[in-house]
Amino acid sequence: MNFGENVRSKLNYLSGLAIALPLALLPRLAFAQGAPDSAAAPAAPSYTPYGPDMIKGQPTPGGVWFQTQHSPVGKDALWMHDTFLAPTIIGISLLVLVLLIYVVLRYNKWANPVPSKVSHNTTLEVLWTGIPILILITIAVPSINLLVEQYQSPPKNAVTVKATGSQWYWTYSYPDNGGFEVVSNMLPDDQAVAKGLPPQLAVDHRMVVPAGVPIRLQTTGADVIHSFSVPSLWFKLDAVPGRINERLLEIDEPGIYYGQCSELCGARHGYMPIAVEAVPMERFKQWVLSQGGTINDKEDIVPAGAQAASAPAAAPAKPDNSQA
Amino acid sequence: MATTADTFQAHAEDHHHDADHKPSFFARWFMSTNHKDIGTLYLIFAICAGLIGGAFSGMMRMELAEPGIQYLGSFAKLFGESNPDFTESLHLWNTLITAHGLIMVFFTVMPAMIGGFGNWFVPIMIGAPDMAFPRMNNISFWLTVAGFCSLMTSAFVPGGTGLGAGVGWTVYAPLSTTGSPGPAVDFAIFSLHLAGAGSIMGAINFITTIFNMRAPGMTLHKMPLFVWSILVTAFLLLLALPVLAAAITMLITDRNFGTTFFDPSGGGDPLLYQHLFWFFGHPEVYIMILPGFGMISQIVSTFSKKPVFGYLGMAYAMVAIGVVGFIVWAHHMYTTGLSEDVKIYFTAATMVIAVPTGIKIFSWIATMWGGSLEFKSPMIWAIGFIFLFTVGGVTGVVLANGGIDDNLQDTYYVVAHFHYVLSMGAVTSLFAGFYYWFPKMSGRMYSEWLANIHFAVFFVGVNLVFFPMHFLGMDGMPRRIPDYTPAFAYWNHLETIGYWITAGSIGLFLLNILYTFTMGKKAEGNYWGEGATTLEWTLSSPPPFHQFETLPVIEDSGHH
Repeated sequence: MNFGENVRSKLNYLSGLAIALPLALLPRLAFAQGAPDSAAAPAAPSYTPYGPDMIKGQPTPGGVWFQTQHSPVGKDALWMHDTFLAPTIIGISLLVLVLLIYVVLRYNKWANPVPSKVSHNTTLEVLWTGIPILILITIAVPSINLLVEQYQSPPKNAVTVKATGSQWYWTYSYPDNGGFEVVSNMLPDDQAVAKGLPPQLAVDHRMVVPAGVPIRLQTTGADVIHSFSVPSLWFKLDAVPGRINERLLEIDEPGIYYGQCSELCGARHGYMPIAVEAVPMERFKQWVLSQGGTINDKEDIVPAGAQAASAPAAAPAKPDNSQA
Repeated sequence: MATTADTFQAHAEDHHHDADHKPSFFARWFMSTNHKDIGTLYLIFAICAGLIGGAFSGMMRMELAEPGIQYLGSFAKLFGESNPDFTESLHLWNTLITAHGLIMVFFTVMPAMIGGFGNWFVPIMIGAPDMAFPRMNNISFWLTVAGFCSLMTSAFVPGGTGLGAGVGWTVYAPLSTTGSPGPAVDFAIFSLHLAGAGSIMGAINFITTIFNMRAPGMTLHKMPLFVWSILVTAFLLLLALPVLAAAITMLITDRNFGTTFFDPSGGGDPLLYQHLFWFFGHPEVYIMILPGFGMISQIVSTFSKKPVFGYLGMAYAMVAIGVVGFIVWAHHMYTTGLSEDVKIYFTAATMVIAVPTGIKIFSWIATMWGGSLEFKSPMIWAIGFIFLFTVGGVTGVVLANGGIDDNLQDTYYVVAHFHYVLSMGAVTSLFAGFYYWFPKMSGRMYSEWLANIHFAVFFVGVNLVFFPMHFLGMDGMPRRIPDYTPAFAYWNHLETIGYWITAGSIGLFLLNILYTFTMGKKAEGNYWGEGATTLEWTLSSPPPFHQFETLPVIEDSGHH
């Protein structure tokens, strides 16, 4: 950090303190409701985004498999794929290959000059109809269970984020926190590299969400169809104009998770990536305030066993905005 | 069956007249009513269109070889864009992928399989002198050519943020309506109207021919499996294409006549387009592969010197694939926000299709089992087909699972899947059929040695291009993007090398055609021997201009 940034960060800390003290003394201090303009709250805490060391969800150079998963759904889906699907398909492909090689070696015209005339075998036909049916049923059971898991509704107190796809950027709005919006554009390659972030994936403003708690993620399109996707969270939901899609998203641990728009949307379809910054709940609140948003008392609920390591002990008596 | 025109004499039922008398050049090739000539026209057309579609994919692979944008600007200038800015160059990427998809689907695979081999061999295989509607047959061909011209036109006119239609072969609204001002998308849509009309008429022709013009003794259960495959394909075309026609007509009216079928601001829904498109789109992919299944059955039987194992199972597996293919369309829409029950239904229904398809794979292997295999080039291509199509098919089973598809939809895993079943399924079956029947059509033998090298180089090339795409898709690389984060560079670079190898193999193919016409040995009537038992092998190579003016009588000797 240069000298100016150093000074500014210290001043920000002091001004944060200057807000916290009166707040502690005047619990009913009212903030302007639903005013996203940070200029109206000149003492809003600043927020330093995570650095590249926190990247958890990004493609592996030369990777040959799914990205490491960081959500409950992702872990279950990956398990289902690795346990049932991958062995089955590799097995079937190898079986066909082996049969073909055998047939080529055993029944070529030199090894078998007189062809048989056999063209039926009911037992065989029943077997190669019935066994695939059994295999498919074995796959269908965990598959349908996975779908049911993915369709669990977010609980009422879930943090809501609405991702709106536009040509060619994302807007993340937080209706439960005062309705403020974050516009997220891809960083040019040179700026990304300068910050140690992956080019074509890094953005200027990430979508910050709390880790370890259920999130209600909604998507819609502003102009054409886009798609909000984060491979390391096993999440993809189209952003369709005239429609709000919604799905539960849970991120296991804090970190940065990258994705890209996944529906052809025009010339810069490849230039509107998604960067999710999952943070402990306290840090999330800090971020919300820094964006000029408001804290909702839903978020005071500390989830069981979450962020024990990263968050300082939450002060339950901290006064919150309680204006409805 | 005889049609008359002013420029050539009418054919009478007189046995003494020359069954090989051909019309003058212009009448023969531009006003044809002969199924063999029309088949030849379709094959030549498909090869030319395939070369253009392949050139577009070469341009795409050149751009994707390294991270960053290197070539799109120069490519945009080739299409007539003077001084393209960055967005216009990026738009050209979308134009290339759209043109590549539309050309390969509608102007290469379909014309070659159905228009080419279907026209050539369905009448002969059922013992008919021609198709039921020979003149309509010709209309179908020229409509397809007109459609191709319209598509080529679209690439050179404005289509939004640049030249050409940058909407994907799927043409989703609203990108294709409000998102693409300019005439390019209208020309692209119109090309589908023309080609679609040609295909619907072709379907009518095949169904009528197969149902009504089989020679005495040829019951449906004695027809060659290739004819069965064309019959099922024709029904799919007849029932699915009108839905595409409706969907794309609604695009045209949304774009030009103020309707709002797919515009929420007027009460419309973008997802309506997707349902309509994919209701056609899923049967379409079976349309592209079923004739290939038919050809593989003929070839495997011929070179195993055995009848196909489980004929009825094979025929009705194709019927089952066709029927079930109509009730699985929304597996292309898993991430659009379907409800839970709908997604579960389509997951289950899609997985069902694996059963009849598996029956076919095992039946082909069982046909070879106990046979006396001869490894002429068509058989080598057919064996390659069986393995490669299986690989493509099983990744389809992975994608069929809606919950799994959430992390694979619109990634390169999908691109890998469909290129395995198309570039390696449909295309290997086309090459197999080509080498199988080329001497019959041309009267001359191809070079077996060149054909085998063609196979070897092609096999290495296409696998190098498409196998790593499974890795890229699982690692998260989306489709339809011209640039990518450096983590994806390794496989992309390798894939471009694979493209050049594949392109080289096509060069060998073209060389083989040249060789055949200049130095190929004369081909006999049945140049494959005892294993070739269908009716085309009873005729000369090439067959007379008109065959079976006296219908053959099919003895009760069992299935083909």
